[in-house]
Order: sequence, then C-alpha cells, then structure tokens
Amino acid sequence: MDFSFLEVHKEDFIDGFLTTLSVSLVALVLSLIIGTIIAIFRISPLAILRAIGTAYVEFFRNTPLVIQVFFFYFGLASIHINLSKFFVGSLGLAIYTGSFMAEAIRAGIQAVPKGQMEAARSSGLSYVQAMWHVILPQAFKLIIPPLGNQFINLVKNSSVLAIIAGTDLLYAADVAIANYDVTSVYVLVALLYLVITIPLSIGVNYLEKRWAKKG
Amino acid sequence: MDFSSVFDPTHWSALLSGLQVTLSVAFSAIALSFVFGIILGVLRYTRIPVVSHIATLYIEIIRNLPLLLIIFFGYFAFKDWGIQIPITLSVIISMTVFTSALVAEIVRSGLNSVDKGQIEAARSQGFTYIQTLWYIIMPQALKKMIPPMVSQFVSLLKDTSLAVAISLPELTHAAQIIYNSKYNATIPLLILVAMIYFVINYTLSLISRYLERRLAG
Repeated sequence: MDFSFLEVHKEDFIDGFLTTLSVSLVALVLSLIIGTIIAIFRISPLAILRAIGTAYVEFFRNTPLVIQVFFFYFGLASIHINLSKFFVGSLGLAIYTGSFMAEAIRAGIQAVPKGQMEAARSSGLSYVQAMWHVILPQAFKLIIPPLGNQFINLVKNSSVLAIIAGTDLLYAADVAIANYDVTSVYVLVALLYLVITIPLSIGVNYLEKRWAKKG
Repeated sequence: MDFSSVFDPTHWSALLSGLQVTLSVAFSAIALSFVFGIILGVLRYTRIPVVSHIATLYIEIIRNLPLLLIIFFGYFAFKDWGIQIPITLSVIISMTVFTSALVAEIVRSGLNSVDKGQIEAARSQGFTYIQTLWYIIMPQALKKMIPPMVSQFVSLLKDTSLAVAISLPELTHAAQIIYNSKYNATIPLLILVAMIYFVINYTLSLISRYLERRLAG
C-alpha cells in the first residue's frame, strides 16, 4: 500500500467524502417525501391515484438509475436546460430511491390491521387524520428498518455521480488513479464508504432485532 | 427533439448489439452469483469457526460498498497488476463478487427461517449435518429465497448499465454513442433505452410475483 497520493489529493478526498454525504442526505429527504406521497397514492381509495402510484413505482424500480441520471444531465442539456451535477445527482437518486421507499412505506401501512382505519374513521377522524394519528405511528416500526436499508443503498448509489464527473468520493478516486497506485486509492475510497455504510447497517440490524422481539 | 432517430434501423442494430452484451453479462453474472452466493450463504450459516467468519467478513464488506467502485477496481486494478482480461469478463467478475454477497444474505435468512426443530428431528433420525442441510433445510428455505433473489437479479440487470463508466459496449453505451453525434436525439433515445430495460425487468418482476404466489400456496 502506498498512500503518498494523499499529499496531493487529500483535499479532493475530503471534498468527495463531503459531497457524497450531502448528496445522500439531500436525496434521502427528497426520496422520503416522494416515497410517502407515492405510498399514499398506492393505497388511496381513488383508482386514478392508485394507477399513478403503481406506474411510478414500476417504472422507476425497473429502469436503471444511470439512465435516469443521464436523462436529467445529458437529456435536459440537449434541450438547453443545464442543471448542476449536485442537483442532478440528488434528483436522480431521490426519484429512483423514492420508488423503493414508497414500497417499504406501503408495506408497513398495509401491515397495520384494517380494523384500525375503520375504527378511527367511525370515531369521526378524517382519512388524513386517521392516517396521520392512528396508522402511521403503528406502521413506523415496520417501516424504519427497510427505509434504513434503502438509505444504505442510496449512499452506495450516489457513486453514479462519478460517471458524470460529479466530484463525489468515487470521482476523487478516478482522478487520483491517473498518477498513483490504483489498489491503494481504491482501498482508501472503500474504507471511506464503509465508514458511512457499516454504522448504518449495524443500526438497521439492531432495530430489526429489537423491534422484531417486541412485536 | 429528434424522434426520428428512434426509428432508424441502423440505430436499432447498434442498440440490439448493446442489448446482447447487457444480457450476456447479466446472465453470466446471475448464474455465477447464484452458485457462489449459495456457497457463501451456507458457509456463513454453518458456523464452522474461521470459515464462517471469513464468509461473514466478505459479505459485510462487499455489500456495504458501491458496485461501481467494485467495477472500477476490477477494471483498473487488474490492468495495474499486469493481468490482461477482456472488459466483459472484468465486469462479470465484479458483478459476481458484489451480487454473491447479497445472494448469500438472502440464502442465510432463508435458511434461518426454517424451524430449528427440523434440524433436531432430522439429526435424531440419523441424517448427517450435510444431509439435513441438503434434504431437509434447503428445500424449505428455497421457497423463501426465490422472490428476493429474483429482485436481486433484476437489480443486477439494471446495474450492468454502470459499466457504461468503463465503456463496456452494453445497451446504455450504445445509446450514448448515438446521441453523442446526434445531440437532438438524446431524450428520445434515453426514453427508448429506459423502455427496453423496463420491459425486460418488469417481465422478470411479474414472473417473480407469479412464483411467489405459487410457492406460498
């Protein structure tokens, strides 16, 4: 191992690490919003909303993230809409991950017995109130571990930014390998990803085990 | 926007040969990671000292890394070590290294879902540990493993598009080459390619759902 590349590229790696973190966090917030809206569409009593929700989930789950990022980057550029790489990365990741989040949230909501909704509605709560005060709090424990897993995937997937030279962590490696030892560069970058993903994995496992026991 | 290039037969043949590379890389990696994933998952499950720990370490490190990192590493590091392998093979190896770890986790949780009493019952009937695993545990666990494995393989198929980063001549790369010279066709081509991926993956998802329903019964 030869980490001498850090003398020249230290700043690139720090910037890359921070970009990966911030893109992931921005995309996390956006994908949670998208995921919640789509999940509610998917279980809505209105057929048209259900159809939109299903179409969204099936389309974005079954097409590559790379294509979606290329669409927002190269596609929009071809009609003279130029978005920053950071924005393209966050948006692409959020739209893609949103479809997986939506499924996790929907599964959690549907695991709450139907009688809960009926009881809440017959007590005079509106659909939205019943969802917010009665269903979602109970669904929460079922939803958090799979959402955590999706967040881990999101952090890993943020590396697609490197393909459009998005100055993220993996891109920092692309720059450094031109002049330095390839293996050492990738080992360092791998360790930096693990610094983010391993604690998240441990957290998700812990919650899964704890909440599974309590039922 | 130039939608006409979507209907241009010369572009179709370029996209089709890209699709061929995508499918052959995906199916080779699927077959290999199915085999290695089962081996790794079983090794982790068995709790043989050292062997099980090595399997665990491999699984936990690899599944927490970005696939694109492993694809880059496979491509550039082999070159750096002076090992010449075709780009297609390097992508297949990288995807297998990554997906095996995820398949292993599916296998392990499938095995764990089988009631421990089954092992005790089989052992007391005179089955060896290996026989128990093969004849009693595996067949029951397999039912639980199939749906998540199919979605893992759908991910793999989508993720072959990451190899565009090292210019593997797959479907996404084929589209990129066309729209690099036909700027106006960028959006129509990306939509077309998205549709191609969608049709293949959605079909696989439907098959998975069908299997899930049949196996549940």
